[in-house]
Amino acid sequence: MKSYNIYIAGVGGQGVIKTSQVLGLACVKKGVNIVMSEIHGMSQRGGSVPAEIKIGDAYSPLIEEGATDLLIAFEPSEAVRAARKLSKRTLAVVNRKPVIPFTVSLGISTYEDPEIYINELRENLNCVIAIDALSLAESAGSILSVNMVMLGAASSFEGFPVEKGFLVEAIKESFSPKYVDLNLKAFNMGFELKKMF
Amino acid sequence: MNEILKAKPGEKLYLLGNEAVVRGALEGGVSVASTYPGTPSSEIGDVFFEIAKDAGVYFEFSVNEKVALEVSAAGSVSGLRSFAWMKHVGLNVASDSFMSLAYTGTRGGLVVLSADDPSMFSSQNEQDNRWYARLGNALLMEPSNPQEMLDIMPYAFEVSEKLELPVLLRTTTRVSHMRGVVEVHEIKTAKKVGHFVKDPPKFVPLPSNAYAARKRIAETLEKAKAFASESHWNKIYDLEGNIGIITSGVSFNYIMDVLKDYGLKAKVLKLGFSYPFPEELILKFTESVSEILVVEEVDPVMEKEVLALFGKNYINKPLHGKLDGTLPLIYEYNPDIIKSAFEKVLKINLAKETPIEISSRAPMRPPVFCPGCPHRGLYEAVKIAVKKLGIDAIYPSDIGCYTLGFQPPFKTADYILSMGSSLGTGSGFGKFTDQRVISFIGDSTFFHAGIPALVNAVYHESNLTVIILDNRTTAMTGGQPNPGVKLDNTKAISIEEIVKALNINFIETVDPYSLNHTEKVVEEALKTRGVSVVISKRPCVLITDKSKFYFFVEPEKCTGCKICIQEIACPAMAVGKDGKVFIDPEMCTGCAVCVQTCPEKAIVPKRREK
Repeated sequence: MKSYNIYIAGVGGQGVIKTSQVLGLACVKKGVNIVMSEIHGMSQRGGSVPAEIKIGDAYSPLIEEGATDLLIAFEPSEAVRAARKLSKRTLAVVNRKPVIPFTVSLGISTYEDPEIYINELRENLNCVIAIDALSLAESAGSILSVNMVMLGAASSFEGFPVEKGFLVEAIKESFSPKYVDLNLKAFNMGFELKKMF
Repeated sequence: MNEILKAKPGEKLYLLGNEAVVRGALEGGVSVASTYPGTPSSEIGDVFFEIAKDAGVYFEFSVNEKVALEVSAAGSVSGLRSFAWMKHVGLNVASDSFMSLAYTGTRGGLVVLSADDPSMFSSQNEQDNRWYARLGNALLMEPSNPQEMLDIMPYAFEVSEKLELPVLLRTTTRVSHMRGVVEVHEIKTAKKVGHFVKDPPKFVPLPSNAYAARKRIAETLEKAKAFASESHWNKIYDLEGNIGIITSGVSFNYIMDVLKDYGLKAKVLKLGFSYPFPEELILKFTESVSEILVVEEVDPVMEKEVLALFGKNYINKPLHGKLDGTLPLIYEYNPDIIKSAFEKVLKINLAKETPIEISSRAPMRPPVFCPGCPHRGLYEAVKIAVKKLGIDAIYPSDIGCYTLGFQPPFKTADYILSMGSSLGTGSGFGKFTDQRVISFIGDSTFFHAGIPALVNAVYHESNLTVIILDNRTTAMTGGQPNPGVKLDNTKAISIEEIVKALNINFIETVDPYSLNHTEKVVEEALKTRGVSVVISKRPCVLITDKSKFYFFVEPEKCTGCKICIQEIACPAMAVGKDGKVFIDPEMCTGCAVCVQTCPEKAIVPKRREK
């Protein structure tokens, strides 16, 4: 059987790797295989941080061109950057809030209106869910919980291979006790968004 | 306590390859562990740093890879299982001693891990360190995933002891930085104290001793071919079919996924123990198939071995790989590349999903100096000083976060070769160019390979301004300590005192947050003949507590000139729709460097709430 392929696209500091760790722990709890590839070093320091994940029967986490089942984009332009890995059937969950790189401020690069990026994704993909993860994270108690809002939203859709209960257990074990409630709240707020779509 | 140490046999963890290998070392009874950090190997050291004391392992961040290797070599000949690891170019630094290791041989098992970086995610070159096993007469093992990184360690220690040769464990970025579910086993209690039993003919490779050892090594390696042929780390996955695939490392994963996803038939020989080359096994495997495809990253190392074997044995079967253009000669592989190799060899077409095409472009998002990074102020001050003096300056730079000064608006990196090369090339530039030379080097890099080059520059009376960016850590690899930093069990070494001892006349220490003072000192240094040294001292912002203040641009004073952004390119600053600059209070660390660039004095401090 083919694996379920998740591409997480974000920017250094947004918690892409933490998200994958939570997801990984949830898979361990469920007893399902997961593999992930992440890039460290020069790629951090505010640069793009892509993570490729396969859940189920897979040796390598690297996703073939167009073979992503689910895109979780923490930032609209990073969703666009992942285009090569997406095809029409990919479900995309995208955070609306842009993170403008300094190359734009310096005038050596341009950042389109985030809605232009999102609209182009809509034109090319069957299903794009654009959410305001930052506001939800803020109301959960910290803007640092954007990643859990995104994971909550993404995991609420049909086909996601790990049930909510395992994810909740994983969150409880992945953060220091002080921050567990906040992250659970953020996750749940993301999860509940489904009702709006 | 860290789960890597705590987990009970049978327990499953979700680990990075670099984390799993630490558990593997513990399960293999490691006593000595040493490294110099370098991506993609750095996390191994981070885990050992955290657990070594509880695990009863001697661990150190050594001053450089050569010393790290020598520390582990000493562990091995003292009868202790020892483990040294580094990124691929780190083995270049360690290679002088690595080449003698086979001559002296091992007592306790010795594993040297080289984390190669195909496609250069965080390196200056692409280099296939499997050649080093051949150059240095070491045994070569290549794990494919986190579970194998764990499981191979006890085996590698055993084989190293049995054959009295070091094991070179070659990983790549995609193995070291792959996360997966790993089952752990019992940790082996290790000897804590070693004892060195003298044996000068063995351990002192004087020419006559080395001459004798050379023969012993050749004989051992010949014997080891059979050993490798029988090793359970060399395994055939028989999915029927007439095509035989010989592979190792991460490539195995792509092959298995493509075979599975498309229901293709092939026999796969995966070499986990790949040097000495298991000739008998290869010959036997070859008999069972009609053609061979060799899949390996980066160089056609195994492919040439197979080709030689075919020649020696008059085997006339098609051999595909890099040499006939079936696979690319450079860069890392991925499932798409493997898929297209199968299409070529099997003369079939495999179904592909069509990637979407998006016309708008994502902005360039290169890595940048963090908000509050001390390098920002330093580079800004140097730029101002150079402009004031109206000089033509060359900037030899070095390996670390400060290499990012390469980018605009700083453009303060003109020439880089390797760790410490800013001072070696600077020493040369200062002797025979008609330009002023300003070399940049970090604190960790200075200790690593900068000191001999600085001695050279002073000794040969070169004209060179050296700027040591002392941010009190090895920042680029994740913040490991270096000899300038005092830990519970280390002594800190002062860079200032080292420089003073070299009889350098101009030595000044500055705080790079103070642009004006830093600029003046750099100016003075540039006016000095001979070697001058400026130490820019300020801890990395990632190891510093957040300031109580952040900065705010008063919109009524900001004229929208954007000088601040153009000068220092701080990611906490952006231009609003009104054309005026604003600062993200969450990202601002309160360094106040921007304040000093604003001609309108529009940037003011604000106290953080809470």
